[in-house]
Amino acid sequence: MSWIKWKAGAWQISLVFALVFFWNMQAKAVFVEERLDDPRLEERARNLAEGIRCLVCQNQSIMDSNADLAKDLRSIVRERISAGDSDEEVRQFLVSRYGDWVLLNPPFRLRTIMLWVFPFVALVLGGVFVVRFLRSRQNPTAENANLAPLSPEEEAELEKMLGSGKDGGRK
Amino acid sequence: MKVKFLAPILTFTAIALVMLYALFYLDPTEIPSELIDKKAPEFSLSAVPGFGDDLSSAHLQDGKITLLNVFASWCVACLAEHPVLMDLSRNGQVEIYGLNYKDTPTAAAEWLAKHGNPYTRTGMDLKGRVGIDFGVYGVPETFIMGPDGTILDKIIGPITDKDLKEKILPRLAQRQG
Repeated sequence: MSWIKWKAGAWQISLVFALVFFWNMQAKAVFVEERLDDPRLEERARNLAEGIRCLVCQNQSIMDSNADLAKDLRSIVRERISAGDSDEEVRQFLVSRYGDWVLLNPPFRLRTIMLWVFPFVALVLGGVFVVRFLRSRQNPTAENANLAPLSPEEEAELEKMLGSGKDGGRK
Repeated sequence: MKVKFLAPILTFTAIALVMLYALFYLDPTEIPSELIDKKAPEFSLSAVPGFGDDLSSAHLQDGKITLLNVFASWCVACLAEHPVLMDLSRNGQVEIYGLNYKDTPTAAAEWLAKHGNPYTRTGMDLKGRVGIDFGVYGVPETFIMGPDGTILDKIIGPITDKDLKEKILPRLAQRQG
């Protein structure tokens, strides 16, 4: 009996595998409308297009988007590449029309300096904070240091309590 | 001691203020135009059959301020701004050129026949390449063109009353005065 159950399990598992596999294929599928004949150029065009923002959908690259404008931009990228432009020239072509915005990777400029530098600044600041916090917890005497010292009366009181406690313990 | 207690509240207030500002005053769908203060790209397009003369980049630099309006018959928002353009052209305040973006000649002609033609010149950008040269990423967009063919300003989306009052009319008044 158990082998039947096992078989069903295997079948289901293979189905899941097949689904996952084809899902993956689908995700990698490129819109078929245009393609360059030279696979190396096509590869370059796709890599480049992955880094170009679709201006209509904003957080997708033109490679992922099926918006009309993305389609046009893809064909422009392919056109430029087959015309012999370098990757940088193609990017420049698009930036001159749409600004730095079309690049999904913002370039390092004065305007974007915060964007690039701030994570590191935050990391350092956070590190300093954590170190200081942990240190202060390690020696709690540091916190007591700024308390006022006991007055003579308090001292006497404390002595009395400690003394009586000791006596009580010995009895 | 008191400052330490206030620190999280102040931090939160600062963040909240920035976010409130971004929420109400910044529009993430508006992409700053790269082409402002630059020369218009070169192009030459034939007119929508029966509506105005052909349009080329030379017409954008004949010594007066013009509007270059990107429109399409399939664009709903264009219909919304259409009355504004009709008014402008009826008053003879400014010459408006129409860049017909990724449309078909018949659909564009029908649309103009139905809703009226505010354009003195039209150009059919069937493949959308001229639009891309202008950095167009949606329709409608309106370029305010200087007398020498530089792009003075750009309005993304339908022209609102505010755009008209703040961007278009002051420039026209400046020109006359």
